[in-house]
Amino acid sequence: MSAPVHEDHAPSPLGGRFWTRATATLGVLVLVMLAVLALRFVRGLGAVTNLSDGYPWGIWIAFDVVCGSALAAGGFTVAFLTYILNRGVYHPLVRPALLAALFGYVQAGLSIVFDLGRYWNMWHMFWPRYMQVNSVLFEVAVCIASYTLVLGIEATPMVLERLGWMTARRRLGRVLFVFVAIGVLLPTMHQSSLGSLLIVLGPQIHPLYQTLLLPALFLVSCVGMGLAAVVFEATVSSLAWHRPFERELLAKLMNIGRLLAGLFLVMRFADITVRGVWPYAFQGNVVTAAFWLEILLFAAPIVLLWKPAARRNPQRLFLSAVAMASAGMTYRLSAYLIAYDTGAGWTYFPSVGELAVSAGLVSLEALAFIACVRMLPVLPRIAEPTQPRAPAHADT
Amino acid sequence: MLTRRSLLKGVAAAAGTAGVAVACPVRKAEARGAKTMSPDAIGLLYDGTQCIGCRACIAACKEANDMPAEHNLLDIGDYWDSPLDISGSTLNVIKAYRDGTGVHKDAIKDGFAFTKSSCMHCLDPSCVSACPVSAMTKDPTTGIVSYDVDACIGCRYCVTACPFGVPRFTYESATPKISKCQLCKDRLPKGKYAACAEVCPTGATLFGKVTDLKKEIERRRALAPGTMTVFPRGRVGGGDSYVGAVGSYVEHVYGEKEIGGTQVLHLSGVPFALLDKPAIPDIAPARIAESLQEHIYQGMLAPFAFLGALGLLAFRHMREPATPMPSEDSETGGSK
Repeated sequence: MSAPVHEDHAPSPLGGRFWTRATATLGVLVLVMLAVLALRFVRGLGAVTNLSDGYPWGIWIAFDVVCGSALAAGGFTVAFLTYILNRGVYHPLVRPALLAALFGYVQAGLSIVFDLGRYWNMWHMFWPRYMQVNSVLFEVAVCIASYTLVLGIEATPMVLERLGWMTARRRLGRVLFVFVAIGVLLPTMHQSSLGSLLIVLGPQIHPLYQTLLLPALFLVSCVGMGLAAVVFEATVSSLAWHRPFERELLAKLMNIGRLLAGLFLVMRFADITVRGVWPYAFQGNVVTAAFWLEILLFAAPIVLLWKPAARRNPQRLFLSAVAMASAGMTYRLSAYLIAYDTGAGWTYFPSVGELAVSAGLVSLEALAFIACVRMLPVLPRIAEPTQPRAPAHADT
Repeated sequence: MLTRRSLLKGVAAAAGTAGVAVACPVRKAEARGAKTMSPDAIGLLYDGTQCIGCRACIAACKEANDMPAEHNLLDIGDYWDSPLDISGSTLNVIKAYRDGTGVHKDAIKDGFAFTKSSCMHCLDPSCVSACPVSAMTKDPTTGIVSYDVDACIGCRYCVTACPFGVPRFTYESATPKISKCQLCKDRLPKGKYAACAEVCPTGATLFGKVTDLKKEIERRRALAPGTMTVFPRGRVGGGDSYVGAVGSYVEHVYGEKEIGGTQVLHLSGVPFALLDKPAIPDIAPARIAESLQEHIYQGMLAPFAFLGALGLLAFRHMREPATPMPSEDSETGGSK
């Protein structure tokens, strides 16, 4: 066995059996997705989706790409805290966050491929003859593709360590700072641009949502969503694999998250006030309902973590994370779908096929994450497991 | 330590600049100037008061663009000859407004009126700004907004972006494409012009240079409603004409100011809102979007400045440890 000897708390493969009832369920969802996709590629988008010329973009864009990549923002946020601001205390969270980010972006990328009508021309986005640099979508596409590549490079040390290729690992370590820097820059660019994408839609976006602050609102909320996703994933990992709950670290993250939620609300209210569109918030239609739900969800982490004592309570931390992630998703789904109106007569609700593909993609992401955590040095080794581990099948 | 602090200040300044750039774009949102119309821009004038609703333009358009008929099942029976809206296989459609008994032409009450749906050929088109792969382009001379199927990736950002709801997509196909009016640009070199205008019996749809079309609009609006006058038929200056009564026009010329101006202009006897024409601001969203991006990125200078600061800090903080995980995080072990 060539794996290097780690110090205590250094990351190490979790080991254990991959196929459990949970992973098998996820596997079935992936198979269902593949069946729907077969139909989509043979018979066209219309055969499996409810897309129309009034709603040319559905949940494959609004959920899988726009929400999915924002939930993956924990990767760059934790890297920023750890390596740029030099808060070494966050080290144990870096690898799981990077890995989750990688799979989140792969999910977004795959969803784009499924959604593109003429996917065989995809390479045009990266080919000088076709590039259209004024297009916000061009910037988003190039930026997301590059960042996915950067995430792959940032995750490579885990593979090299697992293989025991320590010379390559050391060499990569020397230049890794370049990729960490690019890996912070790129998401700040495309996460804000995912908001800017809606500006060219002009009057088709409801006045509560159509604002020049879209890029800023998308950026601030994505950082909050990314942190919330890290807290969510760490909590579920600790419960599922009987690992210690990293209370101090997660409390620190949600403390930042709660401030970001406050910042978002301040910006949102100031923007609505300055543009004088408050009357639109009280019209009693589906847009106003979505708007107030979003406001409530953003306010939830602030309220839940109001008292200093509550900020260390695992239940409250977890609830705040769920609220924060849901808040950002509500904002995004509203901006892209509910607040979008091309004129009378068009309606959209995702089809069973669309939902199946989204569920399948999330399942695939979760399976890949579990596989990596079991096989690669991702999570810190625990000196004394709090509970005896299941019989090990891990000796590979 | 002092260096690190000053570096931190540097990065804070860079991040702050980026933040301000993102947060305060309002002032410079119109940085990219408005586009100007080419003197040779061509377009259409659609005068709803002259339209008799014969729908010859729909058939001619389908023939010129080799598009199939659409079958619609309506409560009045099977419909083969009249698509209800523009779609993946219909680039031009005549729609009607109808109220009450529907007997008076261009009357709001108990009346009817016609309108045309087709590409407006915007001066500053959202679809062209949106398209990431240059499949939507605007000809610098004629101003025709055209679509290149071989470049298209099928992302449908143009469909999403167009405020007139013009580009349509063939969702039912495994090799889908965008459909939109291209002003019969392939017929122009053959001495022909837009098929819808060519076939129009009353000159309600008129083809010509935008400057000429605007003069014609002024001429019609200057005449008293009901005056008999000569309407050019087909194209401006084409020699063919038709004598009819001038309509009673609403003040608004649809397309004159919408989205910064379009090359297809509409006259009507009833308010455009009744014809389901969307109310669209005068400033082109493409101009706002491109100005904002330009303002945030400052010609890519801002991202590179930010990257420099990030790289410097990452280098300082990451060079020492050979192993990725220093064991300083022992506090994480036993909090439960």
